[in-house]
Amino acid sequence: MDFGLSQDQLLFQQTLRRFLTEQCPTTRVRAIMETETAHDPALWQALSELGVPGLIVPPEYGGAGLELLDLALAAEELGYACTPGPFLGHALAAVCVIEGASEEQRRSWLPAMAEGKSIGTVAWGEAGSQWDPQHWSTTFDGQGLNGQKLFVPFANVADALFVGARSADGRVGVYRVERGAPGVTITPLSVVDMTRKVQHVRFEGTPATPLEGPASGLQRAIDAGCILIAADAFGGSRRCLEMAVSYAKTREQFGQVIGAFQAVKHQLANMACELEPALSLWWYAAHAYDHIRDQAERHAAMVKAHLTDLYDRITRDATELHGGIGFTWEFDLHLWFRRAVFDRGFLGDAHYHRERAAKLAGW
Amino acid sequence: MGTATVGALPFLSVPGTGTRRNAELAQCAPRGTQSEWKRFLPAPALPGCAKKEHSVIAQFLEVPIMDLRFRPEYEVFREEVRAFLAEHWTDDDRASAPPLNPRGMSLGLAIRTDERATRFRLAAIERGYLYRHVPRRYGGSEQPFDPLKLAIIQEEFRKAGAPGELIGQGPSMLVPTLLEHGTEEQKQRFIRDTLLGKIQWCQGYSEPGAGSDLASLRTRAELDGDFFVVNGHKIWTSNADTADWMFALVRTDPEKPKHEGISYLLIDMKSPGITVRPLRQMTGEADFNEVFFDNVRVPVANLVGKRGQGWAVSRSTLKHERNLIGSSLLSERVLEGVRYLAHALELRGRPAIQDPVLRARLVELETKVLANRYHGYRLLTMQARGEDPGIAGLVTKLYGSTLGYEVARLAMDLLSDRGLLAPGESEAPAMGMFLTAYMWSLGILIAGGTANIQRNVIAERGLGLPRDPATQRGQARERKEG
Repeated sequence: MDFGLSQDQLLFQQTLRRFLTEQCPTTRVRAIMETETAHDPALWQALSELGVPGLIVPPEYGGAGLELLDLALAAEELGYACTPGPFLGHALAAVCVIEGASEEQRRSWLPAMAEGKSIGTVAWGEAGSQWDPQHWSTTFDGQGLNGQKLFVPFANVADALFVGARSADGRVGVYRVERGAPGVTITPLSVVDMTRKVQHVRFEGTPATPLEGPASGLQRAIDAGCILIAADAFGGSRRCLEMAVSYAKTREQFGQVIGAFQAVKHQLANMACELEPALSLWWYAAHAYDHIRDQAERHAAMVKAHLTDLYDRITRDATELHGGIGFTWEFDLHLWFRRAVFDRGFLGDAHYHRERAAKLAGW
Repeated sequence: MGTATVGALPFLSVPGTGTRRNAELAQCAPRGTQSEWKRFLPAPALPGCAKKEHSVIAQFLEVPIMDLRFRPEYEVFREEVRAFLAEHWTDDDRASAPPLNPRGMSLGLAIRTDERATRFRLAAIERGYLYRHVPRRYGGSEQPFDPLKLAIIQEEFRKAGAPGELIGQGPSMLVPTLLEHGTEEQKQRFIRDTLLGKIQWCQGYSEPGAGSDLASLRTRAELDGDFFVVNGHKIWTSNADTADWMFALVRTDPEKPKHEGISYLLIDMKSPGITVRPLRQMTGEADFNEVFFDNVRVPVANLVGKRGQGWAVSRSTLKHERNLIGSSLLSERVLEGVRYLAHALELRGRPAIQDPVLRARLVELETKVLANRYHGYRLLTMQARGEDPGIAGLVTKLYGSTLGYEVARLAMDLLSDRGLLAPGESEAPAMGMFLTAYMWSLGILIAGGTANIQRNVIAERGLGLPRDPATQRGQARERKEG
C-alpha cells in the first residue's frame, strides 16, 4: 500500500508545468481569452503533442491508457497555469465514449479524440440548474434531438457535442451530434471565466447518434467531471496561495515586509492548512474512480463541493492580501478568481453535490 | 481502500426513524469522560516512526505507485486476524473486564491493562498486530508500514472488544521520542512497559510563566554528582496524580540563551519532594494538575538527549503530540456518533437527518474528516519513502483540532435544547457526552501549542515567512537582560 505519486507521475506533472510556464504565461492566457472562442489551436496542438487529450484513452484506440488520477494531475497543472481551452469538455466527451459507447463507436471516434484532432464537448446542463440526468427534458425521438442545453463549454469550437437526452421510452443516454449538423442554434454568452467560454445550444430535430454502450457511462463521465474540476480548483488555489505568499515576502509597509505581521501570516497559514488535506482528498477520489468503484460516485460529489468552496475562499483571501493591486484588471489574480466561479457553477453547485452525497449514503 | 473501512461506518446502516432511548444512545455515542478526549485520543497511525526506521519501512514498500486497493491478500489477512481473536480473546476474557476506571474508557476503545489484557497484547504483538512501528527488541512488532492492515486490525479488534494499542502521553508521545533520542538503556527500560500500560506517563512542559513561550521555562535542575536536583513548578499536567513517571523540560544551564539551557529529563513521580495538586477545568472536572518540585533528585542517566538539547528533543515530542491531536480518528468517532444522533433524534417533528441544512453540514464535515484521513495516508507514505513532509506535516494539529470543534458543534446544534443538559444527566441524549466533546474541543485547540502558535509555525516554517518581529525583540531583550 502506498499513497503518493509515482516518479512517472511527478515527471509528467513537472513536464507539463514547465511547458505551461514557458508557453502559456498569463500574457498569452489574456490574449487567448480575449478572442471570441478562447481557443488557441496552436496551444491545443502543443498540448496534444504532449499527449494530454489522450491520457486516459486506452492504447488500442491510440491513447496512453492511463488512469483518471493522471488526467486529474494534468487538470491540476492546467488550473495552476489558468490555461484557456477546451480540455475539460473534451476530457468528459472522451469518458462518455470510453465508458458508454459500443466497440465500433469507440474504434471510429476515439483515435481522433486521443490525438486532439477531433475536439469533443458535453452538453448536459438544462434550465433550472438541472444537472441531474433524471430531470433532463431534452428528447431524442429516434430521428432527432429536441430541447435546449445550457452552459456547453466550447460549443462553437467542438467537432462533436455529446448531448444528454431522453429517448422515447424515457431512458437517459448520450447522443453525439456532429459539428454543422442541421437544427443546432448556438447562443454566445458573456461569461465570468473567459478562459473557458460556454454557450447555450438549442436542438430542433437535430440528427444525432445514440451511444450504444453501457448506460452507466454517463454517470462515469459526470464523476470524472467532478474530480477534474476539483483538481483544477486545487491547482488554481495553490497558485493563488503561492502568489500571496510571495507578495507578503516582498511588499513593505510600516518599514517591514507585510509577511512579518501576524495577521497576514495567520491568514496565509489558514489557507495552507485547508489546502494540504484537500490535495489528499482529490487524489483519493481520483484513485477511487478507477480502483474503488463503489466509493467513486460519492467521493466525486464530495470533492466537487469541497474543492470548489475552497477555491472560492482561497481566491478571495489571496486578493484581499494583495490590497489594492489585487483588485485591478492588470494584476493576474482575478483570472483565477474567475476560474473559481466557473468551477463552482459548472456541473451543479456545492449544495446539490452534498445532497447527492447524502442520498448516496442512504440518508 | 475497500468498503470495509471508508464510508461503511456502522451507524450508516441504522434505520433512521423515531427517538431512541437514551440508554441505547449512550451505548453508541462516543464514551468516556472529558479526560479521555484529550488523553486517550485514538492512536495516530504511526507518527512515532523514528527517522532511523525509515529504511526498515521502505524496504517493505511493495510498489512505488498509489495503491489503496483491498486486494484479496487483505481479505486473507482479515481472516487471520479474526481467527487470532477467536482463539486468544474469548467471551470469558471479554466478560472478565475489571470495573472501568472512568478515565480508562475512551471512545469505545478497549484500554484494559489488567493481566488478561496484557497477556493478550503480548500475543498480539508476537503476531505482528500491535505497535507495528516499534522494533521487536523494544517490545513492538516491527511490521512493514501498511495502513490498510492497520485499519483491518483496528476494526476487527474493536468488533471483538479486544485490547488494542494503548494511547496517550506514554505510548504515543514518549515512546516515539525515546526511539528517536533515547539511550539504549532508556529504550530497554521504558518502552516495553509503557506499551503494555505498566508505566503511566505525564508531560511536564508548561509552567505558570511559560505557556506559548515555552522556552522561557524556569524549573531548574542543578547537577550534584550523578544527580540533577530539580526545583520548580509545572502546570496543566494531565494525569500527574496517577502517573508513575513524568517526561519534563527543565533548565540545566541558566547562563545560556534560553533555548540552549534546557534539558529533557525523565522523573520518577514517587521521588521525595514532589507535590501534586489537582486543577479543576471549565468542564467541572479535575483532570490536570500542578506539580511542585522541592529538591527532587533525578539520576543523570535519566537525561534524554544531551544536556542542553532538551528543546530539540521536546520538539520531537511536540510533533508527536500534534500528530496525535490532529489524527483523524477522534473526529471520525465523534462524527460517527453525530450521524447516529441525526438518525435517532427528532427535530421539530421529523428525524433530524431529513433537515436539508443538517444533511449538507454532515456531508461537509464528513468530507473534511475523510480529507484528514487521506492526509494521514499521504504523510505516512512520505515518511515511509524518507521524504520530508514539509508543510503537509505542520498543518495536522490545526486542521484536526479545528475539525474536532466543527464536528462537536454540529452535535450541539443537532441536540438543540437538549444540549443544555450536563454530562452524566440521564435525561440527556447519550448521557450528555457530546457536550463533553464540545467543551474538550476547546481544550484540544489549546493543548500541544495553541491554534495561533500553530499558525505561526505553519507560516514561518512551512511558508518561509519571517519570524514575528515582536517575538524577536522579546528574545533580544531577554538575552540582554539575561
